[in-house]
Amino acid sequence: MFSCLFAGKRHLLPFCALCRIGGDLLIEIRFHGRGGQGSVVGAQLLAEAAFCEGKHVQAFPYFGVERRGAPVTAYTRISSTPIRMRTNIYNPNHVVVMDPTLIDVVDVTEGLRDDGWLIVNTMKHPSELEIKHPHIGTVDATHIARKYGLGSKNAPIVNTAILGAVVRATSVVAIKDLLKSIRYKAPAKAEENAKAAQEAYDSLKAGE
Amino acid sequence: MKMVLSGNEAAAYASMIARAEVIPAYPITPQTKIVEKIADLIADGKFNTQFIKMESEHSAMAAAISASLVGARTFTATSSQGLLLMHEMLHWASGSRTPVVMVNINRAIAPPWNVWADQSDSIAQRDTGWIQFYCESCQEVMDTTIQLYKICEDNDVLLPAMLSEDAFYLSHTSEPVDMPDQDAVDTFLGKFDPPYKLDVENPHSFGSLSMPHQWYMEFRYKIALAMEEARKKIVEVDREYGKIFGRSYGGMLDLYRCDDADIVLVAAGSMSSTIRVVVDELRENGAKVGFARLRVFRPFPAEEFRSLAAKVGTICVLDRSFCFGYEGAFFTEIKAALYGIDNPPLVRGYVIGIGGRDVTRNSLINIINDSNNPEIKGPVDTWVDLKRC
Repeated sequence: MFSCLFAGKRHLLPFCALCRIGGDLLIEIRFHGRGGQGSVVGAQLLAEAAFCEGKHVQAFPYFGVERRGAPVTAYTRISSTPIRMRTNIYNPNHVVVMDPTLIDVVDVTEGLRDDGWLIVNTMKHPSELEIKHPHIGTVDATHIARKYGLGSKNAPIVNTAILGAVVRATSVVAIKDLLKSIRYKAPAKAEENAKAAQEAYDSLKAGE
Repeated sequence: MKMVLSGNEAAAYASMIARAEVIPAYPITPQTKIVEKIADLIADGKFNTQFIKMESEHSAMAAAISASLVGARTFTATSSQGLLLMHEMLHWASGSRTPVVMVNINRAIAPPWNVWADQSDSIAQRDTGWIQFYCESCQEVMDTTIQLYKICEDNDVLLPAMLSEDAFYLSHTSEPVDMPDQDAVDTFLGKFDPPYKLDVENPHSFGSLSMPHQWYMEFRYKIALAMEEARKKIVEVDREYGKIFGRSYGGMLDLYRCDDADIVLVAAGSMSSTIRVVVDELRENGAKVGFARLRVFRPFPAEEFRSLAAKVGTICVLDRSFCFGYEGAFFTEIKAALYGIDNPPLVRGYVIGIGGRDVTRNSLINIINDSNNPEIKGPVDTWVDLKRC
């Protein structure tokens, strides 16, 4: 015999009564990218940097086909206490957009907290973006990645560059620990990746 | 040594630190990064093992059985369709009494293609004579892989074991993992030295004909006895591991805040740690909720469930798989285990997270609230988080 509890039916305990996750020190970050841009490794590098600082971390991807150009989501959790939640992130503190064309395809600010940052890889200034959010940071990570020869000219790997900007805006980790994790964990061109992160850190444009 | 590792990487490192000597595997999808990481470790000169790239999972298991028969410690890894293709050889591994250790990433079965977390692949191997574990964290994947060699290679057991970890929510999730010290693992495991093996100096034959009037039935009875021995060994090894390495996982059935609980959730795999968070939150609000994590599915912890049932009012069983034509496998088996006890609890079944659908805090709270819904009479299996179709 079957019965069903449907997804849309929220008739029971109020969700908001249970939003706290063991203290205030949990930070949740969601990455939106395209296959080949390094979103999954980017989420891991940020976790690794926080791990260097003695934090508890968790990083994981959400993708279907492993194909260049397909939209990919990745998540990072950073906490001062062990992380037990193993669900996707629905109310991120911060959102990172690796490719500006995703803004037309994916609702990148869905669930983003008002006090959090939206970091976008684009040539534009935050005020020129069509998307609205109180705290937007932009960085031309594509240009920086090409400059340091990361990936190919047509398909640059922008993860380390954009992470520099993320760290500058959000202070989730210190830039020195990000550079340390990049040098330790980057699959190739460790020094160039570290330089790209530093340059992005120095060139973040902030606005709303 | 503490590192940030995914469930895949934890399994690969565990095979290294357990000193697996032969690793036959099929390297292409639905295979995960486990064998890629093993290949890296070999290329870096860190792991001295014989890696054999096979043409299919069926052949990979055949090679693993052969390697184990000559007395080599053997490891392999697979997932979903690959595990299904192995099915025939899984029986052959337990029938040959080869203690092969395999990590299976629980991925949904096609069609439609999905590759996300779903335990139908390993549940479909229930009756193959393999010991089956389900893990909750990447750390547990590391520790349990090591424990499994100790359990399976025991002369009273000599059975293969499958460690299952949910796709993505463990396999692709990076988190801090402590890799035990090599010397301590060497001492803990010792050498694999089976009482019978393929040896040119002392020839034996394996897998030959046994007629109905000969020994086939007795061979099967011995496997049944070995599973009963495994039951004791699993608890013992987990306890001993805890003493040496500081981490243990509750043996067969891992109980969390069950002592005075009215409602107990039962589940296996990655959703377990989310359930613990929800249990803690509900406890703070005064609800007497507990959690029993099914760590081992074969041998089945029937006695553990009977002791638990004597203390609680309602058991909600969460299955991340479904046996078409009846209900979720955990639900069926738990009810059967409780048959005939005095004052049995109410047992409710929930089918959840199929094909990797996210098991959220909200899903779990819906279940707990639904469990005392007076409109539902008798044992009912309920599908959770379905979209209207």
